[in-house]
Amino acid sequence: MSDVILADFLTIDLPAMLAGSLAALGCALVGNFLILRRQALIGDAISHVVLPGIVLAFIVTGTIAALPMMLGALAAAVVAVGLIELIRHLGRLETGAAMGVVFTTMFAGGVLMLERSAGRGAHLDVQHALYGSLEALLWLGPTDWASLLRPEVLAELPDEIVMLAAVTGSIIATVVLFYKELKISTFDAALADALGYPSKWIGVGLVLATGITAVAAFQAVGSILVIAMFICPPATARMLTDNLARQIWLSGGIAVLAGVLGYLLAAFAPQLFGTVGSLNAAGMIAVVAGLMQTLAMLFAPRYGAVAQSGFVGSLKRSKT
Amino acid sequence: MRVDNPILAERMREQATAPIGAADAPLFIANLTVAYADKPALWAIDYTAPVGGLIGIVGPNGAGKSTLLKAVLGLVPTVAGEVRVFGRPIGQARERIAYVPQRSSVDWDFPTTALDVVAMGLYGRIGWFKRVRRRHLNFALERLDQVGMAEFADRQIGQLSGGQQQRVFLARALAQDADLMLLDEPLAGVDAATEATILNVLRDLKAQGRTALVVHHDLQTVTDYFDHVALLNGRMIAAGPTGEAFTEATLLDAYGGRLATSEIRAAGAGD
Repeated sequence: MSDVILADFLTIDLPAMLAGSLAALGCALVGNFLILRRQALIGDAISHVVLPGIVLAFIVTGTIAALPMMLGALAAAVVAVGLIELIRHLGRLETGAAMGVVFTTMFAGGVLMLERSAGRGAHLDVQHALYGSLEALLWLGPTDWASLLRPEVLAELPDEIVMLAAVTGSIIATVVLFYKELKISTFDAALADALGYPSKWIGVGLVLATGITAVAAFQAVGSILVIAMFICPPATARMLTDNLARQIWLSGGIAVLAGVLGYLLAAFAPQLFGTVGSLNAAGMIAVVAGLMQTLAMLFAPRYGAVAQSGFVGSLKRSKT
Repeated sequence: MRVDNPILAERMREQATAPIGAADAPLFIANLTVAYADKPALWAIDYTAPVGGLIGIVGPNGAGKSTLLKAVLGLVPTVAGEVRVFGRPIGQARERIAYVPQRSSVDWDFPTTALDVVAMGLYGRIGWFKRVRRRHLNFALERLDQVGMAEFADRQIGQLSGGQQQRVFLARALAQDADLMLLDEPLAGVDAATEATILNVLRDLKAQGRTALVVHHDLQTVTDYFDHVALLNGRMIAAGPTGEAFTEATLLDAYGGRLATSEIRAAGAGD
């Protein structure tokens, strides 16, 4: 690889891959517990609901810095929870329907606000909000692999990646530290309460972690695709093991693989087929994650459709 | 006499209604009322469980048997009444209670093994942030062995039979090392081997001076299995030693026309 190509790769492709993988990893770790609690759509709801909060924070501050975005998102989430309760009572709707009303309406409001606020310079627009802005991340500074760890080069790391790394790092620490607590409150809330682990508060903590991860991932992969990161890697890992700890590690590996592979395919596959340009990276990451899950559902050693049908077949044969 | 101090008044009322020794009984229930959506499920229940009792909770469908266990554990909100476990409110006595839920309330697809589930009974003693160690797993394995399930330690729980699943949850309750066990229909739909194992374990617990409340559906076996009975149908129909509380008269009262007299006779109820 020539120096110029390497420098381009490190400046354009590496930060995008890093951001995609970090976002996928953080979401996947949290997603394991969301799926087991049958709360997977909470991640989706949150990632939609926070859009108007993020836009409002952008309009007020004029920047897309991490902290105002997070605060705006948090405020929007709180408003959403209040609205859901209100609609549940006034509209006589069940929680699922009330959530559906609130998160689509708030998301649509966010999109409209985005359109009105467009053209103010900073790169927050509808397309990025929906599909993410991996391609817009540039790491100016690195010239070769060895330069990556130099302080002055690290200082040039895009803010989005720094925030994603911080959030995903805290999610890893949380899951490792509270693994036992998360597990027991997810499997048997009554036992958790009885043994002194307040399942309700652990549940609240998990939703909070979901919200923070969703907002952090939102900037990288966009609000529509966040849900794929929450669900696909853990669902794929679930097909491969009956051990929760192993499932969580596997889901992390699968998420990073989907991030790297998805980006590379989006960036370079069109050229391999002789066409110009590239595909949307976040979209390709979600597609790769979906494909991996499909493969696992078909070919997983024990729970895959093929193994299951073979297993049933061999049972039938052994009986006759 | 008029008592102005509400705490003193409360205590006097308590002493007036509670049987002698109830203050630190394994389970003391006074005037417990539970309602689901304004429909009463349990009405003014008074009950005191004896130390070392093997107690069958019996009654028709919808009598509130499971609700009684859940109310004791604080899993359902109560409208009125008081529950004390070894003389303390439930919040301060949790480590002395173990609960074996109904099989239908467990997520059998959860990525966890039999050994893993039993080890969860130890989480209270392990404490926040700390990891499950080898010695905890060894202890859990011994409990599995106690219910004849050691060879299935690594099996995902959904791949066990109904009886095996029930034994795993009994082993988990054993791991909790509790003095009061609440079991919700542990003998429903299990095989004969499981039934015998569970009974043996319950009798061992009784021999150790521990108390077990068992929701039970099979009237034929009540007199064989339990030395105490609590007969329930929304309210407490009768409670006490099996020979006194489980009679033709009390059964008629609890089940009304739903049982033929011949069935009651067959249940071996005393007169």
